[in-house]
Amino acid sequence: MKGRLKSFTGWFLIFVLALGPLSACSSSNETSGGSSNEETLDIFSWWTGAGEEDGLNALIDLFKEEYPDIEVENAAVAGGAGTNAKAVLASRMQGDDPPATFQVHGGSELNDGWVAAGKMETLNDLYEAEGWEDKFPEDLIDLVSKDGDIYSVPVNIHRGNVLWYNTSVFEENGVEPPKTFDEFFTAADQLQEAGVTPLALGDKEPWTATHLFETALLGTLGADNYKKLFTGELSFSDPKVKEAVENFKKMLSYVNEDHSSRNWQDASQLVADGEAAMNVMGDWAKGYFVNDLNLKVKEDFGWMATPGTEGMFMVITDTFGLPKGVSNPEDVKKFLSVLGSVEGQDAFNPLKGSIPARVDADLSNYDEYGKETIEDFKSASLAPSLAHGSAAPEGFVTKVNQAINIFVTQQDVDQLISSLEDASSDLK
Amino acid sequence: METETTMRSVTVTTRKKRSLTKDHMLAIGFLIPSILLVGVFVYGFIGWTGYVSLSNWNSLVPDFSFVGLKNYLYLFGDFRFQADLRNTLFFTIMFILAVIVVGQILAILLDQKIQQESLFRNIFFFPMALSFVVTGVVWQWLLNPSTGVNLFLAKLGLDSKWYTDTTIFPAIGWGKIEFGIPIAMIAVVIAAVWQMTGFSVAMYLAGLRGVPEEVREAARMDGANEFQVYWKIIMPILRPITVSVIIIMAHISLKIFDLIYAMTGPGANFVTDVPGVYMYETTFRGNYYANGAAIAVVMLLAVAIFIIPYLWSSRKGEA
Repeated sequence: MKGRLKSFTGWFLIFVLALGPLSACSSSNETSGGSSNEETLDIFSWWTGAGEEDGLNALIDLFKEEYPDIEVENAAVAGGAGTNAKAVLASRMQGDDPPATFQVHGGSELNDGWVAAGKMETLNDLYEAEGWEDKFPEDLIDLVSKDGDIYSVPVNIHRGNVLWYNTSVFEENGVEPPKTFDEFFTAADQLQEAGVTPLALGDKEPWTATHLFETALLGTLGADNYKKLFTGELSFSDPKVKEAVENFKKMLSYVNEDHSSRNWQDASQLVADGEAAMNVMGDWAKGYFVNDLNLKVKEDFGWMATPGTEGMFMVITDTFGLPKGVSNPEDVKKFLSVLGSVEGQDAFNPLKGSIPARVDADLSNYDEYGKETIEDFKSASLAPSLAHGSAAPEGFVTKVNQAINIFVTQQDVDQLISSLEDASSDLK
Repeated sequence: METETTMRSVTVTTRKKRSLTKDHMLAIGFLIPSILLVGVFVYGFIGWTGYVSLSNWNSLVPDFSFVGLKNYLYLFGDFRFQADLRNTLFFTIMFILAVIVVGQILAILLDQKIQQESLFRNIFFFPMALSFVVTGVVWQWLLNPSTGVNLFLAKLGLDSKWYTDTTIFPAIGWGKIEFGIPIAMIAVVIAAVWQMTGFSVAMYLAGLRGVPEEVREAARMDGANEFQVYWKIIMPILRPITVSVIIIMAHISLKIFDLIYAMTGPGANFVTDVPGVYMYETTFRGNYYANGAAIAVVMLLAVAIFIIPYLWSSRKGEA
């Protein structure tokens, strides 16, 4: 008897050791899959920087005021314009463990990515219940729709085609903000002679070079032709594309030498410090100028549409949707309804430094830049950003980033165009 | 490997005796969980990665249809991957050579019965305690063209652009890339050597302490000077340690990711890119899962070239 007991305990021990890790996993799953009341609402984003994190927290606070019973968790992942967050998100979605709702750029990143993969619920009923169909611009709703169904709620709009300049550097050298490529190159020559770096670039993360390239594409082709590139109606071998690449190449001849060791913040700082005169970056750079570097809008720095893009608006919109397979879809919809409300958008955007996606937001909440951009947004022709995943699938963007990274060093125009053509087979 | 051999010998003996003793039962019982877990979560997933690398899964939507070597053919014709192979080769060579040479010199200096030896030992060993990410961030600030040591160099009138230099030396055309040492890689090598030299110092110091004093004495009696004692007597004795250092450093350098990701990123024209960084970006940014898996398999094979002969010889040594 005694021997048996001993061997039994031995086996028992083995089983516990063997199954311990497995059962630990499953039990933690069970607790997180409990009833909908105890469910926490995890909001997944890459908003961890100054300004953007404040904006997200303001939004969460507003939601908590309206729905105090629902537990909210800020599940932001830091780093690299969302690179790291997107990697985490991909593994969670593939593992059928989606966050309650997540940040995704409207356009291809949403539609050709998660919607095409069958991972998103439609939000048509939410839009109907909230009466949102005429509260967001039609072009914007198109960006978050596929085959007539709406899949996410835009919370903000960023403009990608902005040329920032240091006002005192411009004044000292008698340079006017350039509107066209010719004016830009003349101004750049003038600045270079004066010993100022004309254009700041920080392409340690290669997307910033792609960002500069897409503004050159937009400025040379115009919004309509630019959009046709990604629908296959216009080929990358078109002579206009070559002209755009030549413009891009010429712009690169004016950048700081250490560009490949800097990120976009470092490049913006060159402009802030007056070492460089201009840089091209989305308007999250304004948040960096104002919140981190304590510069004053219009006094210390000014802005223009990038050369040739006046009246055009490169749209980057952060949106949130409802993934399939979450246990508390009703709670998620409550959050989305706050996110899409005027109060929600006006709580978030002034802090983040973006403009509201809704057409009826309260203008008094926004600074001079915001007011001007809100006006521009209403009249400008919209173009989806390539570097930020709105224009084309991530696979294409990754290949473009690689081709651009090579081009910045080698400056081989024909090679870049043939790489773009090769990559465009991924657009289908 | 070891567990497998034990396992095999266990089954062989049981078959011979046709009955299980309690000890065997218990041994098998204790081994089964770890064999199962390692089998599934290590070898099973390596096998799965191997299969994915032959599939067509290059988007968010899984597609496991078999496409043969398509992904590998794409990679070996890709500018970035060719550059990665070149970078890994030269990074590994420079890194291992520097770790061995610097490690040996420091160990010999430490072995001179100096005062405060333990203090210096700790100083040399300390960087090992840091994570590569920390090292990467610190050295990025130290070597960045606009901060750190380059400001001194610039004051001295020296060129400070080597950190971002895109030159390949000697730049022999090969495939789509230029073959040679990427100058910008030297910065990464410096950081990696700074971090890992402590390890080889410790190994060599232990080795030096194991060399009997009589051997040195005998050599000196035969008229060898100090340099000859080290070059002809001690270094051959330390050869097994050098082999271990090479293997451990090679498997670190062939799969390096974090140091480069934190420090330089892929670099302009991919001069500091490595397969690990490419794998991460193409898989999780571009959703090219099959391409990423193919890179993983190539990395595994590269490490296997070093590890398998080592395991083989150490197994022979045991038998």
